[in-house]
Amino acid sequence: MSVPRYWREIKYRYRLIGEMCTDCGAAFFPRRAVCPRCGSKDLEECKLSEKGAVVSWTVVRNPPAGYEKYAPYVVALIELDDGVRILSQVVDVEPEEVEAGMRVEATFRRVREDGSSGIIEYGYKFRPVIE
Amino acid sequence: MRSVSVAGVGLTRIKEHWEKSLRDLFAEAALKALDDAGTDEIDAVYVSNMGSATLQSQLHLGAMMADAIGKRGITALRVEAASASGGVAFHEGVKAVASGLHDCVLVGGVEKMSDALPGEVAAALAMAEDQEYTAYTGVTKLGLNALVHRRYMERFGAEAKEIAMFAVRGHEHAVGCPHAQYPFKVSVERILASPMEADPIHMLECSSVGDGAAAIILRPAEEAEDGVEVASTAVATDFYHLTERYDITVFEAVRWAAARAFEAAGVSHKDIDVLEVHDDTTITGVVSLEDLGFVEKGKGAAFVAEGNTARGGELPTNTFGGLKARGNPVGATGLYQIAEIALQLRGEAGPCQVEGAETGLAQSLGGLGTTCAVTILRRR
Ligand SMILES: [Zn+2]
Repeated sequence: MSVPRYWREIKYRYRLIGEMCTDCGAAFFPRRAVCPRCGSKDLEECKLSEKGAVVSWTVVRNPPAGYEKYAPYVVALIELDDGVRILSQVVDVEPEEVEAGMRVEATFRRVREDGSSGIIEYGYKFRPVIE
Repeated sequence: MRSVSVAGVGLTRIKEHWEKSLRDLFAEAALKALDDAGTDEIDAVYVSNMGSATLQSQLHLGAMMADAIGKRGITALRVEAASASGGVAFHEGVKAVASGLHDCVLVGGVEKMSDALPGEVAAALAMAEDQEYTAYTGVTKLGLNALVHRRYMERFGAEAKEIAMFAVRGHEHAVGCPHAQYPFKVSVERILASPMEADPIHMLECSSVGDGAAAIILRPAEEAEDGVEVASTAVATDFYHLTERYDITVFEAVRWAAARAFEAAGVSHKDIDVLEVHDDTTITGVVSLEDLGFVEKGKGAAFVAEGNTARGGELPTNTFGGLKARGNPVGATGLYQIAEIALQLRGEAGPCQVEGAETGLAQSLGGLGTTCAVTILRRR
């Protein structure tokens, strides 16, 4: 993988930056050039909530190349508190402990390595909130 | 626009073809289709394929496959829309003949998955999804299906064994099918006892890795001796990210493509005698039945469990086994489905025959309901 392909996503992946339509107020992740709800091209970056709740989840047991050492791992569709939905691994939890509605928060983690001498990619994963 | 006929079909058996290359498989199916159509005069080749760039490090399939069947000087290209590639290529081929641009088109799909290791295949299939924000999480295609599967069960109270019945029916139908990868019965108990692939989806609810090729010859209907006509084709796409859909248990692309296809064909749901849907796992088959408009939302699994999709049922579905049992050589799958409908309408489905079938519909999905291609065929 090229270095620019990694660094161009850093802001969005490290800080959970999405995009909001200035005309209808809808927010999106990842960023978009056009609002699919109202057609507006006037969108601006916005910071997304870092907490949310699990809507649905799975346990990936036969992972794609590059993710072998993390398997099995939980991947969930999460609805953030601002209403934006995001797909993410959920870590620091046993798969059988995950349930719909579980409160989770973003955490900064290693995601994968591009071979033995390539880029080490970081980004968001989510973990259960300890109240 | 002129009416278009399915003038010939050719299929290879789906299996792990260790002794055959991508090119060998394509040529086998294409030459069978040409023989079936009784012609050697084609003026365009549309090749549908999803994974050759990664699985074989091979592209430029249009020219490669035209040459493989001894054709130079004709139009040839590859069409890719993930696992809907076959349905979308067919749509393009039909347009080319309907418009009068071409008089004889070969649409051929091919996929060879057994050349790669399992992790490479999973990564290749995940290329149907956004690499930066979906595949990036490590989710697999089957993992995405699982998110829908779990939400569907929770929302509609569907039971695991009802959804698993979709695979049971497929395996029942594949018995005796000469091109099926897994032509044998599997019990619901065995499916539910198989290991989890991506919870709550069991391994035996998933279509498997297979190699195969399917080819179809399209000609203007008035010139064809064979009586299967393309009543309509339609393609629609949805949000690329599952996260952005308003309801993940609904495949809106299926609703849009189906509405357009039914309207263009001038037929209604009750006219469909035989149906092929995209069951890369059991849940996508169930959701497809609903969003095509055959069953009320949330009732699809019960509809299958009650036997309505069996060969003798109200709506015979996946009558050669579907993706689960006939097999799912991804880029070729949509053309297997359409070819199977044509065989049914010709009365040449052998042990899989649905008696008196006159109108049939094939539906294929690219990604998790992201692209949908719907084809309606009828006997003239
Ligand atoms: Zn807007």
